[in-house]
Amino acid sequence: MAAQFPPDSVGLITPQTAPFAEPLALDCGRMLADYEIVYETYGTLNADHSNAVLICHALSGDHHAAGFHEGSDPSKPGWWDNCIGPGKPIDTSQFFVVCCNNLGGCKGSTGPTSINPDSRKPYGPDFPIVTVKDWVRSQARLADRLGIQQWAAIIGGSLGGMQAMQWAITFPERIRHALVIAAAPRLSAQNIAFNEVARQAILSDPDFHHGHYYEFGVLPRRGLMIARMLGHITYLSDEGMRAKFGRELRQGTPNFNFNFDTEFQVESYLRHQGKAFVDRFDANTYLLMTKTLDYFDPAADFDQDLSVAFHRAQARFLIIAFTSDWRFSPARSREIVRALVRANREVSYAEITSEYGHDAFLMPIPLYHDMLRGYLTRVAREVNGPEEAFSYEASPLPHSTEIHAHAS
Amino acid sequence: MRPELELISDWIRPSARVLDLGCGDGALLAYLHEQRQVEGYGLEIDTGNIVKCIQTGVNVIHADLEAGLEDFSDSSFDYVIMTQTLQAVRHTERLLDEMLRVGRQGIVTFPNFGFWRCRMQIALQGLMPVAKTLPYQWYNTPNIHLFTIRDFEKLCRRKRIDVLQRMVLDHAHRPWRGPRLWPNLFGEIALYRLGRA
Repeated sequence: MAAQFPPDSVGLITPQTAPFAEPLALDCGRMLADYEIVYETYGTLNADHSNAVLICHALSGDHHAAGFHEGSDPSKPGWWDNCIGPGKPIDTSQFFVVCCNNLGGCKGSTGPTSINPDSRKPYGPDFPIVTVKDWVRSQARLADRLGIQQWAAIIGGSLGGMQAMQWAITFPERIRHALVIAAAPRLSAQNIAFNEVARQAILSDPDFHHGHYYEFGVLPRRGLMIARMLGHITYLSDEGMRAKFGRELRQGTPNFNFNFDTEFQVESYLRHQGKAFVDRFDANTYLLMTKTLDYFDPAADFDQDLSVAFHRAQARFLIIAFTSDWRFSPARSREIVRALVRANREVSYAEITSEYGHDAFLMPIPLYHDMLRGYLTRVAREVNGPEEAFSYEASPLPHSTEIHAHAS
Repeated sequence: MRPELELISDWIRPSARVLDLGCGDGALLAYLHEQRQVEGYGLEIDTGNIVKCIQTGVNVIHADLEAGLEDFSDSSFDYVIMTQTLQAVRHTERLLDEMLRVGRQGIVTFPNFGFWRCRMQIALQGLMPVAKTLPYQWYNTPNIHLFTIRDFEKLCRRKRIDVLQRMVLDHAHRPWRGPRLWPNLFGEIALYRLGRA
């Protein structure tokens, strides 16, 4: 089995679960009495625990960032597999890479689909709306559990980049480098507007049942599907859609039908994406995550001045944006850069030409990966020393097993 | 380039905050960081150069100088440096203004079009000058504003920019050791430290 994996893959991965018994106070004022965080790790923690890298996932992501699960489709590795692995830009022969499913998620960490100990039923809409700050605090507890005092780097795209930024502000001494990709310092009215339409699609689905659809044995399929279709439009660019679909009609549709069936390729694509999403994602989690996005505003605690927020930060920053991204455009990344410069922080910024829109941060664009690799090679030298002493050797053990020692 | 880096470094006080416009592969900033412990950023438009800066650990910000320096506030840097760039930008005058708005002082280097060999090529051969410091043909040169030391100082006087220091270099970027007279005739590269009261 293991022999089938490409040499630059992290291979077969078994997710871990970290239970936390100490209550977590949330920004909304409520308390999460106990909870679980599901996570994966790739690579090996070095002797002084200084080579750990945290990957933060975006809206619909999860802890499965790289490699393969037992019995999973060999053509479908983790969501950022093109970037994480031995010899890849986030080099697992240099770094101990951690990725967790965030609280409120639906892939194993405590969230709306988990059983509420009070009611013995799924939380559903009663699960508290968590914020990026809540996530960062919960991730810090996971770091404590793994024996990581300071992350060599925290890396994320989109909502993941917002977590990296928040880390640098909330725990300045626990993060050496923040890589903030295709992000924004907070959502614009237009961003919030798109999220609101997505939420209304779900909330108005007759199968939603005020969020208690689990009890009725149904899913708000149509609502979640429309929400995802809408989201997808904002992830792509006009030019990218034109190149990919144009006005082509789908196969078997030689002419217009003059009805509302799927006729154009782009319709077919969006419906497919929407339908596939419904089978793998929870509507309550989707609602919650869009709110988490809407609420993110690190400047709010600092008199609406982001540069004051960044005064506390000690990390070095790499900010990357993509030209055709209109969800979080390069102008939004430049706001972050401007605030960092005003705060006299160390920052580099690059704009990558791409027609992939917001989705570009997940694509193996050569220049983009060169930048990540160039930056992270220096980080690796910082934490592992200048010698190539820390070289990768294929381990006969599954990665999860060798990591277990640190995950006590 | 090395001697020029040293000369610029001599002009910069330790631990200063520096902005390098058109920083290329970041060699100057890396040198100033090492020699003078300066902090700062380079602005660069070429992505290949940006990757090199990132690899060497120089803070680099992807930017188009033609768009001005609006992301930077007044007097937020001790020095704004522009080496061999002024002759290659379209909005030369505006960039000089921006430089002295954002920086307390400006440091500029440029190839001197008044160098005697350049003059000879135009006067005797009737050809646009090609020199070690101006290695391009007229049809492929990135240098769209060619000017002389006299031109530059005339502009400084008109714009009430103070020349705090001037040095004239040869094509190897070493200080010109010939006659002190006629820098506009013998200098191949000019190096200026500027300020504005």
